[in-house]
Amino acid sequence: MTLTAERTKRQPAATPARRGWAGGLAAVVTLALLALVSLFVGVADLSPWDFISGSATEQQRLNLFASRIPRTIAVLLAGAALALSGLLMQLLVRNRFVEPTTVGTSESAGVGILIAVMVFPAAPLWVKMIIAIITALAGTAVFVRLIRALPPRAPIVAVPLVGIMLAGVISAGTTFVAYQFDLLQSLGIWMQGDFSGVLRGRYELLWLLAIVGVVLWLFADRFTVAALGEEQATSLGLSYKTTLNLGLGLVAAASAITLVVVGAIGFVGLIIPNLIAMWLGDNLRRSIAWTALFGAGFVLICDLLARTINYPYEIPVGTISGVLGGTVFLLLLLTGKLKAAR
Amino acid sequence: MIEVKDVTKRYGKAVVVDDVTVSLPTGGLTAIVGANGAGKSTLLSMVARLLGADTGEITVGNLDVAKADSRELAKRLAILRQNNDVQARLTVADLVGFGRYPHSGGRHTKEDREAIDRAIRWMGLDDLRDRFLDEMSGGQRQRAFVAMVLAQDTEYVLLDEPLNNLDVSHAHGMLQTLRRAADELGKTVVIVVHDINYASCWADQIVAMKHGRIHAVGTPQEIVQPGLLREVFDLDIEVTEFRGRPIAHFYLPVPTCKHCQSTSGMEGCCLSRQLGSKTPLTLHAG
Repeated sequence: MTLTAERTKRQPAATPARRGWAGGLAAVVTLALLALVSLFVGVADLSPWDFISGSATEQQRLNLFASRIPRTIAVLLAGAALALSGLLMQLLVRNRFVEPTTVGTSESAGVGILIAVMVFPAAPLWVKMIIAIITALAGTAVFVRLIRALPPRAPIVAVPLVGIMLAGVISAGTTFVAYQFDLLQSLGIWMQGDFSGVLRGRYELLWLLAIVGVVLWLFADRFTVAALGEEQATSLGLSYKTTLNLGLGLVAAASAITLVVVGAIGFVGLIIPNLIAMWLGDNLRRSIAWTALFGAGFVLICDLLARTINYPYEIPVGTISGVLGGTVFLLLLLTGKLKAAR
Repeated sequence: MIEVKDVTKRYGKAVVVDDVTVSLPTGGLTAIVGANGAGKSTLLSMVARLLGADTGEITVGNLDVAKADSRELAKRLAILRQNNDVQARLTVADLVGFGRYPHSGGRHTKEDREAIDRAIRWMGLDDLRDRFLDEMSGGQRQRAFVAMVLAQDTEYVLLDEPLNNLDVSHAHGMLQTLRRAADELGKTVVIVVHDINYASCWADQIVAMKHGRIHAVGTPQEIVQPGLLREVFDLDIEVTEFRGRPIAHFYLPVPTCKHCQSTSGMEGCCLSRQLGSKTPLTLHAG
């Protein structure tokens, strides 16, 4: 992420980017400070001084390296990936009101998790993840097929509405099956966004998100061209279908990976891309680093709140992000910042 | 040279473009005119491979548009469609920059940056460079899109209704730009226009379409005459010449012979038949 941030800064571009590097530095420093705070917040008493002075016990050392550091890394990776997949989905679907958790992508990944839990209960996490990616791809494909069937002059809310309906249908199906097999609680635990289960050895799959981010970075221009619409993209010589499929594949993969490891965290993919787009626009090459940075920061703040509000107990991070994100979203909507025409 | 051979396009049962064969010469400004639904935009979209033809073959400078590599074609031919409803929030510079996509992908070279600057300057958008498209007027946005097409720096430039959304002065500016692109940069410019007088005054060649077919191809002098206009638009329009250009007076009410209600007084009106001479037509009151 820092790498992509630096590269963006070097690129000569229009004014919005020139606000660039000072702000970028400030954002990176803030994020680093928050991450540092995150390392030393929790039930077990850890203090940075113990580690600096070398007086940390073996127990504290273990806690830091096996729990706190993995958790913080997981939060950053998941936050960045959620914001980026929301952004990419909004660009490709050409609608500001969608994100993977509201159009059925996450729900269809949930189908995969249910299948995995039922059919291969003993399979390792990565097998479950692959199944979830496959079903997430299928669900996203269904969504795209459905919105292509919408009439060309359909109102802007039709697209998210179709997504919400699809998500509802899928999750009703999953709930029904899970209920029949007495797996409702187990499915609930899988789906609920929560970083408390993140430990060394149980989160490393999240590094795949970094690969997704790199691919996104490499193809950033193509995705922005695709966001101009099929005709415009074709006339610029872009193979539109391939680009669309690649992009939605990335979205589905990122959503499924995050869901399997930490669960669903809503609104990150909706509000962060919208906030960044208001400021910097939709040129992906310019907004990608900021979106990742702010997504990571937002989830990190949510996770810190989740850990401290009801200390020493934890509130699921998905709940916090829902409340915070929902509030921000409503504010954007009510103040007219989120232009309905787009 | 754009060669269209035996091209047909159907939507269900409706034949939108009906066995069209036409060739447009290299260079100059060609205007396609015709009534609504005559198939102008469909034809233009097929030439730009945005729509597939049901039958027939289209070549642009020896490239078969159905088979050619899309990116290769994008270096030779640019099209601006009528409703470019771009939802993405991009600045003018971003948008114009994407005109360079066929040449360099996303990474702009020095040459790309020069082409972008040139296109922006040409369209008089220097001050709006960093403005977001959704914060501009319809006319400014239209100019930004034309700048993108110019930055694409192709030999062939197709524009579907480029004068839409433009007031008189910007329409004038746009036509001047297209004229210059043809004259100074040697581009082959093809536009679809509604107003036959713009076609008559600015184009080198006019293609008149009717019911999906090519009705006539020729110079403005050949096309803009009452008989032909009646066939194409089903309306009797008087034409006079001004500074060597035929001007169609379709703003005026159509004069009617007050004896036989004929609107086509020159031929077949009771007066001209009986008196054997041209009777000046008068406006029929009421």
